[in-house]
Amino acid sequence: MKVLPYFVILPLAGSFLVIFIDSVLKDRKVRDTVADILANVIMLTLFILTLTLFGQSCSYFVGGWRPPFGINFLLDGLSHLMLVAVNLIALLSGIFSINYMSQYTARRHYWALFLLMLTGMNGVLLSGDFFNLFVFLEIASVASYALVGFGTEAEELEASFKYMVMGAVASSLVLMAVAVLYSRFGILNMSYISAAMPGESFDWLLKFSLFLFITAFSIKGALVPFHAWLPDAHPSAPAPVSAMLSGVLIETIGIYALTRVIFNVFSYKSILLANLGVISMMVGVLLALGQTDIKRLLAYSSISQVGYIVLGLGLGTPLGIFGALFHLINHSIFKSLLFLNSGSVFYRLKTRDLNSMGGLNKVMPVTGATSLVASLSISGLPPFNGFFSKLIIIIACVQSGHPVLAVWAVIGSVLTLAYFMKVQKLAFFGKLKEINKEIKESPFFMSASVIILAALCLATSFILLPGVRNKILTPAVNAVLNPTNYRMMVYIK
Amino acid sequence: MKREEKNRAPTTELNGMSEIVKTVCNWIAGFIFLFGCYITAYGHLTPGGGFAGGVILAASFILIVLSFGKDKISPLLPRKRAEMIEAAGGLIFIFTVWTAIYAGASFCGNFIFKKWSCANFKLLSAGFIPLLNIAIALKVMAGLFLVFFVLSITRVILEGEKLKMVKEE
Amino acid sequence: MIYALCFTLILVGLYGITCKKNLIKIILGFIILDYGINLFLILIGFRKDGIAPILDKSMDINTFAATSVDPLPQALVLTSIVIGLAVTALMVALATRIYERYGSFDVTKINKLKG
Repeated sequence: MKVLPYFVILPLAGSFLVIFIDSVLKDRKVRDTVADILANVIMLTLFILTLTLFGQSCSYFVGGWRPPFGINFLLDGLSHLMLVAVNLIALLSGIFSINYMSQYTARRHYWALFLLMLTGMNGVLLSGDFFNLFVFLEIASVASYALVGFGTEAEELEASFKYMVMGAVASSLVLMAVAVLYSRFGILNMSYISAAMPGESFDWLLKFSLFLFITAFSIKGALVPFHAWLPDAHPSAPAPVSAMLSGVLIETIGIYALTRVIFNVFSYKSILLANLGVISMMVGVLLALGQTDIKRLLAYSSISQVGYIVLGLGLGTPLGIFGALFHLINHSIFKSLLFLNSGSVFYRLKTRDLNSMGGLNKVMPVTGATSLVASLSISGLPPFNGFFSKLIIIIACVQSGHPVLAVWAVIGSVLTLAYFMKVQKLAFFGKLKEINKEIKESPFFMSASVIILAALCLATSFILLPGVRNKILTPAVNAVLNPTNYRMMVYIK
Repeated sequence: MKREEKNRAPTTELNGMSEIVKTVCNWIAGFIFLFGCYITAYGHLTPGGGFAGGVILAASFILIVLSFGKDKISPLLPRKRAEMIEAAGGLIFIFTVWTAIYAGASFCGNFIFKKWSCANFKLLSAGFIPLLNIAIALKVMAGLFLVFFVLSITRVILEGEKLKMVKEE
Repeated sequence: MIYALCFTLILVGLYGITCKKNLIKIILGFIILDYGINLFLILIGFRKDGIAPILDKSMDINTFAATSVDPLPQALVLTSIVIGLAVTALMVALATRIYERYGSFDVTKINKLKG
């Protein structure tokens, strides 16, 4: 397939082009507009490209060299599902930033870093060998470190440094694990390593490398023992970037990479992962209950939702993985919607404290309505997408003989409802404060992107219909469950 | 570092060293630049290549900043131009590997290689690899120079009660 | 033996990152960790008295495979050194900015966040 390299070329070229055009043009206003248009056109193109790829699975040999000697890009159901989610959220966050980033200077650096982060994520999703996985992981991470500290206020810098140290250690562990695997097999191609894997009984080198991989990707995906950086880092970033980080970045470089390595390369099945997920879910929920900073609350809720996804994956049954992947898509939609809403509120009120809001439904009806949709969706109420995915995960828990996990999942869901009701009550319902009487609805592009996301919250429920399901989710589930397919993929051109 | 030391005026920094150092650096800088060009151009034949060559190129500029101060460097390679060169290096690289798709090879494929029959171990024997080396050298040169420059021109000083970051531009 | 040395380096780096209070020392710890891993990677491809991995026409492919060093880890290490450079530069830049805001490199004094 000739399309695959464009997912890396286009955003990478775009990020250099933004800087280049910026250093050529003189007028500041023209420069900013050109950068906005260029970046959004690139992301729109990428999103349209992802839509053309439905139902295909193929690999692309970079430079014409065949694996295991060459590098290959690889597209299957799982990576395609993630590609659609990543590029969709990137496009909508990009549209949102056109208005939102007018609060900041240095627009060119913002767009360059944003597009670099997108390059990294697309690359992680497509790369078929371990070293490229590491390189793209680092591209995405380094861009996100810089984006977290973009405001250069004291808290933002502190959060960025913390995130950076954790992330750098995690990346080093990934490199270490890759080195150990290379010393064992002498190849780097993931499909070939998967084929050479000795079945059930691992020797100590493989165990060591699996341990390193799980630790590293848990740090990147903020599973509970390693979650400390996330509630600082995600709120500190500008709102569209928070939406990207919480919505897709931790899923791409944490969950997706973990799934790929554990299920496809190592073919390792253990209930340990589900337990990790449950712990992470409960800790996230309990910590979120006490927060009064809206973005911090959302960040803790990201930890707990990622816990749901890992719980579903850890069950290892087809239904569990189906629920997990469905929840992954839903989470990227409603979590980015919530973060964009908090950004709209911050844009007008200049505060993130829930206690100084109140009654915003009267002055910002679009933001209020969309955030209500997102809150109902994330806490799992019926017509919205979150309900179905959580239900499937809970049913899968019972079916695979772990009713205790199901009970924990239900409790987590109820508590999620509790703290989102708190957000709704404190921020959008109730009495409007005197100082907030004058504020207006958020500007056009910001409203447009949140409305699209709210519509998607409803629309993704229809993925469950058999016709749609077989086209979108089932290939992804099959890709996770059948490592043999993954091994064969490398031969299909 | 003591508080008083931090409080020194920013203008005394980066104004260059003594006359002897200036003279010697004036002679050497050009040769270092030339050596960087050599390392880049012969990257596919001898050890070296885009990154190593770019670092040496950047070192020649850094040497000028260290010995002469920031005044001498601003007509040579101002910050804006360095950013432009860096972006241009990246763009050259990407468009080269991109054209490979349309030139019959696949992405990143060496599309010039087959069209040239040239003896091994000659300058033009490697297809488009020298071109990529040059692009990388440009990018690394500008990037490393910018890293050095931006980190060295900023200085934290005590202004009244508050710390403030000063840019010497 | 040398493997033990590079594991020691990695552990020293981890110690520096986790136990030191000074931001600059944390950065140094990260650099040591990075170098330890790079050393480990390059050791994988090492072969005593190996030859440069260039296949000549006069050489048999089997003797070539038996005597040459593995070039792939060297390429990987180059890439990883470049990435390490970028991360270190960004860390140093952030540390300067943090010094400006807080007036200190001490992590116990940099505590505006609760996390």
